[in-house]
Amino acid sequence: MSVPLSYTWRNLAARKLTTLLTACGMALVVFVFATVLMLEEGLRKTMVETGSPDNVIVTRRSAGTEVQSLVERDQAAIVENQPEVAYGIDGARLASKETIVLISLPKRDSNKASNVLIRGVGQKGIELRPQVEITEGRMFLPGSTEIIAGKNIAERYKGAGVGETLRFAQREWTVVGIMDAGKSGFDSEIWGDVDQLMQAFRRPVYSSVILKLNDAATFPQLKSRIEEDPRLTLEAKRESVFYAEQSQVLANFIRYLGMMLSIIFSAGAIIGAMITMYASVANRATEIGTLRALGFRRGNILTAFLVEALMLGAAGGVIGLTMASFMQFFTISTMNWQSFSELAFSFILNLEIILKSFAFALIMGVVGGFLPAVRAARLNIVDSLRAA
Amino acid sequence: MHFLKLISRNTLRHKLRTGLTVLGLVVAILAFGLLRTVVDAWYAGAENASSTRLVTRSSISLVFQLPINYQERIRKIPGVSAISHANWFGGVYITEKNFFPQFAVDGKTYFDLYPEYLIPPAEMKAFRTDRKGCVIGRKLADTYGFKVGDTIPLRGTIYPGAWSFTVRAIYDGAEAGTDTSQLFFHWDYLNETLKKTITRRSNHVGVYIIQISDADRAAEISTEIDALFRNSLAETLTETEKAFQLGFVAMTEAIVVAIRVVSFVVIFIILAVMANTMAMTARERIREYATLKALGFGPRFLSGLIYGESMAIALAGAVIGILLTFPVAHAFSKQVGTLFPVFGVSLETVFMQVGAAISVGFIAAVIPALRASQVSIVEGLRHIG
Repeated sequence: MSVPLSYTWRNLAARKLTTLLTACGMALVVFVFATVLMLEEGLRKTMVETGSPDNVIVTRRSAGTEVQSLVERDQAAIVENQPEVAYGIDGARLASKETIVLISLPKRDSNKASNVLIRGVGQKGIELRPQVEITEGRMFLPGSTEIIAGKNIAERYKGAGVGETLRFAQREWTVVGIMDAGKSGFDSEIWGDVDQLMQAFRRPVYSSVILKLNDAATFPQLKSRIEEDPRLTLEAKRESVFYAEQSQVLANFIRYLGMMLSIIFSAGAIIGAMITMYASVANRATEIGTLRALGFRRGNILTAFLVEALMLGAAGGVIGLTMASFMQFFTISTMNWQSFSELAFSFILNLEIILKSFAFALIMGVVGGFLPAVRAARLNIVDSLRAA
Repeated sequence: MHFLKLISRNTLRHKLRTGLTVLGLVVAILAFGLLRTVVDAWYAGAENASSTRLVTRSSISLVFQLPINYQERIRKIPGVSAISHANWFGGVYITEKNFFPQFAVDGKTYFDLYPEYLIPPAEMKAFRTDRKGCVIGRKLADTYGFKVGDTIPLRGTIYPGAWSFTVRAIYDGAEAGTDTSQLFFHWDYLNETLKKTITRRSNHVGVYIIQISDADRAAEISTEIDALFRNSLAETLTETEKAFQLGFVAMTEAIVVAIRVVSFVVIFIILAVMANTMAMTARERIREYATLKALGFGPRFLSGLIYGESMAIALAGAVIGILLTFPVAHAFSKQVGTLFPVFGVSLETVFMQVGAAISVGFIAAVIPALRASQVSIVEGLRHIG
């Protein structure tokens, strides 16, 4: 026979201000915890969506990023003619020799400049990335000074909307289209014709070569052949792996900072819950004595108070998660340290994060409520009945 | 006197609750202080920038370089008293984790522009005469245990290859905020190597650092420098060193804003805890308040009691929290090594911590104090806490 739930529920309802304050303290912690997880998930998703598993990216050995990489023209030609590279419908190889440059553009709202990545793509560039769609305007014409801008860039940067022009490398470049890359990293890039961009920037070399494999399983052979070829100073990576590595530092930073904050904050919230529960026990000494005298056991009392703490935690979890769910409307845009260029990603809430955050809230409740509940269970019947 | 006695007695009536509340405050004030310090560390580069130094870089972006022959053309501009240049090297020491800035600089002139880097003359001479020598900062030397005469191997990312430099000098910072986590080596050595390997990238520098004699003319001289190279293949963008450093902060602004927001969230959490404590305390003592009123004490005395207790708890937490901030910040700084070159708790942070504690103490007591001062004597005496 256990103490009815309604007893616990009424206890919380009796002290509305205290219950609300404790739950709000916990809600804020859950909110921070959930937002960090959502941010991490958003960054991960952006990076996963960017790379395709059957695409390979070839860069200069130990370059680490495309910006620092250089691929000579003759080397690029050797790479794109490897037997593992797929053929397109037109019989040409599905490979794109690309050049990457960073330009510094002012933001629309603050006029502060940030580095934006410009990618010169070959004829097959867009075909190699099925997630990219032109949502407004059109694709740039090959051999012209036309460019298309990723959704985030068009929104955030001056001169990057359709019909506007950007001036760099002594030329005017007209934005003729906006591409939506399904929340992948390409949303934070500008694309143009590779030969035009190389001319304009006086760069005689490519940055990287992207190729599609006939069969994803043939990657190891291609990798070893490219890396052992004495004519080449290159390395090959699966695109998905490459992009995951690109955001490693940022992801770790978010994770560590988030964990540190969650630990520190939860200490505060647990203390709040403890104060509330201890007071709750002290105020109800007589009631506890009565319950014991009626025949409820120590275990029942312990459970009743733990349930009360769990309810507090659950209330905090619900409020915190509700607040956190509104964060999905926001996109965060910051510089990725490794690639030294702008990257936008959003807060993504999924079931796993909901469960994790809720579990975190309940654990906070239990940790905060355990000691007070033990104290309640150990009260002596006679003494507690005497308590004023 | 009696008043203070009452407050201190009241505060210590519930030792456990008061103790827990103070502990919560300590944690919150400590976290708040650390987060503010992290934000300060972000701005450290800009804070310590000199107002008489300009930085000239490529107008396209920092990854583009400028020809070395710009140096003499800039030097001729009236108001420019000295000029030097630097290239970001971006090498990797063993693994990517061990990040620290490395620059290829003009060994002859660079350190004249940075009087805040204190180098013993003998070591300076040794560096200038060794082609493969390098100068490192004290913090960098301490982090990895480098000593004069050691060799530092670096794997090039921007400039491919395996490079190694011999430590010839270790510099100290003239002020607490000087970044001593950097490595400088001879640009000439880099250039010689490039001439043999990637010829078209030789004879280029990343940025020019320009010393001007009059800080008020910074804007004017910047415009003049940029006008000199307009419509050339490598257009320039010149700004003060502070603006240059702030540009980096602006790029990662989102993160700074997030940390700032979070530092206030922690204060709200503790406010909820503190307000809760005070609400409970007041609820339990309604009868006493009614008794005091019956004895003729006014509502102001009662709210004074509650405010006083709240403030006492808040300040106790603040004092311990602030005292703990220093050793914890020091330990944190040791942990992150050269990631945050300058990591010190500023006086402003301490004031903000005190301000936060006082606000929490005050706000937490508002509702309970109102309730206590409005309690009706008859009702209050009947009240069962």
